Amino acid sequence: MKTFENVDVKSVKEAVGLLQKFAGEKKNAAVVGGGSEYLQLMKVRVATPDYIVNLKTIPGLNYIKEDAGGFRIGALTTLAELEEHKGVQEKLLFLSQAAGEAASPQIRNAGTVAGNLCQRPFCWYFRSASHVCLRKGGEICYSVAGDNRYHAIIGGGPSYIVHPSDLAPALVALDAKIKIAGPAGEKTIPLEKFFVTPQVNARRENILGPADIVTEIQVPAPKTGSKGFYYKARERQAWDHAIVSVATVVQSGSGAVRDARVVLGGVAPIPWRVPKAEEFLRGKAIDDAAAQKAAEIALDGARPMKDNVYKIDLAKNLVRQALVASV
Amino acid sequence: MDDKKGKGVSRRDFLKRVGAGSVGAAVISKGLLDAPGADAYPTEAVEPAKGRSIVSLKVNGKAYRIEVQHRQTLAEVLRDELGLTGTRIGCDRGECGACTVIIDGRNMYSCSQLAVWMSGKEILTVEGLAKGDKLDPIQQAFIDHDGPQCGFCTSGQIMSGKALLLRNPSPSEAQARRALSGNLCRCGNYNREVEAVLAAAKAR
Ligand SMILES: Cc1cc2nc3c(=O)[nH]c(=O)nc-3n(C[C@H](O)[C@H](O)[C@H](O)COP(=O)(O)OP(=O)(O)OC[C@H]3O[C@@H](n4cnc5c(N)ncnc54)[C@H](O)[C@@H]3O)c2cc1C
Ligand code: FES
Ligand code: FES
Repeated sequence: MKTFENVDVKSVKEAVGLLQKFAGEKKNAAVVGGGSEYLQLMKVRVATPDYIVNLKTIPGLNYIKEDAGGFRIGALTTLAELEEHKGVQEKLLFLSQAAGEAASPQIRNAGTVAGNLCQRPFCWYFRSASHVCLRKGGEICYSVAGDNRYHAIIGGGPSYIVHPSDLAPALVALDAKIKIAGPAGEKTIPLEKFFVTPQVNARRENILGPADIVTEIQVPAPKTGSKGFYYKARERQAWDHAIVSVATVVQSGSGAVRDARVVLGGVAPIPWRVPKAEEFLRGKAIDDAAAQKAAEIALDGARPMKDNVYKIDLAKNLVRQALVASV
Repeated sequence: MDDKKGKGVSRRDFLKRVGAGSVGAAVISKGLLDAPGADAYPTEAVEPAKGRSIVSLKVNGKAYRIEVQHRQTLAEVLRDELGLTGTRIGCDRGECGACTVIIDGRNMYSCSQLAVWMSGKEILTVEGLAKGDKLDPIQQAFIDHDGPQCGFCTSGQIMSGKALLLRNPSPSEAQARRALSGNLCRCGNYNREVEAVLAAAKAR
């Protein structure tokens, strides 16, 4: 790794102030939580910061609080702590499972929830220092002419990365909100609005500015009669990123769907919510045919590249299975 | 790990680092003295600003106070500064598990932690398991059940197994398999490694 300065901060305010100062001085700075993702980028010199602002020394940012409104999860909560939390397991088992599906035990012990949502793509061109791709300020997305078996089939262009987080689709399906602290103060926005497509910004996956920090995730209490699932397809059983995943939350009553969320992972540059499939399901009794139809609708706009056509059928099948399981 | 991919370049081959060595000139970054809120920040910590700090930590029950470069990983400091070479560096990027140590009771990749973050932490490495000449039950079980083949991954496997047993003294086979799932074994000796962890649980 290139030489840099690690700064331990004691408060969110101090972190934001430092980041603002570094940005003003045109210094290259980044925040780290567990460091489990960012250090890998530093080692291959895709990230070469002058300063890293270590958030782990901020007291009181690691918590899961439960009340009638739902759960509030502090930014520094680890994936393992989220997975193991009794209240989460009881009320939102599939969220605990999504956390448990991410990476490996060692990374779940170190990696934080905020870091998971803010992690950079695992695209092999992005992570190769010898490819100055669109995401790193270059001219082209190498996946277009290159090996694109793991790349986006939907919502891509001009960059075709897929969002690597397992938590993000599950949290978006739960209508979670994200709290962000920045120079202008704090704001809380729907997590869905946190992520941006490459059409909006080809270099970033989210709206965070250079001095913004994620401080909390808020998950509303599940509605009565609702069931959630997270299904992840991967190439092997031990740690691996999703090649396709799906998170569904279906609220049923009197034999019909009242409300539904269908969110795909591993197929698009952001967690890909499909409102058209959700609308189709509303008021229907889910049987095989309805689940199949919803799956078709969910993948309607897919435009695969030469090596990733397989993702379409895989995604349809996962959507169908999750919906059938929901009744 | 790539056997299902069949043809073409594998993810792992592709990602092999392209000459990105980690040795570089000791460039000294600019100090933090003029940073905002500098008054809110203790001066001792600001003063050096050379990407170096003194860190106090405990390794295998022994207290150390050492100067580390901020860019040094815990794995590098354990091996190169403290001479604890039982912790291996395989991939150096959070994928193989050879560098697994236990930090405050949880197993983590020491290649993916900076040493400067270890201030106040208690670290257990494979060297800290035996009590004098008496091996820890998990070490004995790895010997009895032929846990190591080439042995490169073994200390990492043992530390993941140990971390599991610290939290769950009688794991099921599925739990043991999952607990070792962040430790790759190039020799493919997974069944023996799981067997050894289960045997160690019984031996306690
Ligand atoms: C080998 C490997 C396999 C993996 N497999 C999976 C997988 O299958 N599924 C999955 O979901 N993830 C996977 N991951 C990613 C893993 O989950 C992340 O490494 C981890 O969650 C990141 O957390 P962290 O706290 O260590 O983040 P860090 O490494 O500290 O940070 C990651 C990024 O987020 C930013 N960041 C961190 N905290 C904040 C904050 N509070 N506010 C704003 N920005 C912040 C950092 O600047 C950085 O850009 C894998 C990672 C590795 C290395
Ligand atoms: S050396 Fe740390 S995980 Fe491979
Ligand atoms: S024993 Fe050789 S790598 Fe595991």
